[in-house]
Amino acid sequence: MRLEYFQMVDRVVTLGADHISVESQVPETSPVFEGHFPGYPIVPGVLLVETMAQTAGWLLLALERMERMPFLLKVNGANFRGFVGPGAKLVVEAKRTHDGSGYAVAEARILSEGKRVADAEITFRIMPFPAEALREAMTATASRIGLPGHSGAGQA
Amino acid sequence: MTSPVFDRIAEIIAENSEVAHEDITPGAHVINDLGIDSLDFLDIVFAIDKAFGIKVPVETWTQEVNAGTAPAEQYFVMGNLAQRIEELVAAKQAKG
Repeated sequence: MRLEYFQMVDRVVTLGADHISVESQVPETSPVFEGHFPGYPIVPGVLLVETMAQTAGWLLLALERMERMPFLLKVNGANFRGFVGPGAKLVVEAKRTHDGSGYAVAEARILSEGKRVADAEITFRIMPFPAEALREAMTATASRIGLPGHSGAGQA
Repeated sequence: MTSPVFDRIAEIIAENSEVAHEDITPGAHVINDLGIDSLDFLDIVFAIDKAFGIKVPVETWTQEVNAGTAPAEQYFVMGNLAQRIEELVAAKQAKG
């Protein structure tokens, strides 16, 4: 996990027909922690939402066979149930709950030491890649995090 | 006199937007007259999908309108929209 580069997913653990599980480790240090908060570093809630959105996004990308890109459209009922600090090892799970025409809805949650620390319902618009460079970048990242169907074992 | 499907769609629109229920008439264009934006429209489609157990083919409809092979009114005027939904529900029931 590299917070300042929005690299929220380290490794895909499992990928199923409508669900995904990934691992991410919060870095021990990050410029983000200098401001959030001085003397008491915790991952901002918006970045936990981003982590859930990226996890669900990888599920949808896999289901779309990397041919179309999901873009965040709506976050519903986001809950932050516990603090996430430096070094925390996270398991992030997402499940597609609705496959619409040009959109999809997923439920996602973050676990830390087996305890749920965040959850949300996330809606995505799904559309053709608007730029070839984006498609190439997503394909390269898919390989880095070990998305099944793409080479690469996944790494932090 | 409106159909039960029309009335259910009108309820969904009123619940998912700021449009007053009485403004949702059979001749109203969902976007031009009711002023529903794209996010609200997807919320409405999501609710229709769930309520009727169907997948409203919005992508196909939009492509047809953009390509000029179908008039927007065919899908996005309330009375016609309700009729399209009824057709989708009937097709689903026919499949069993």
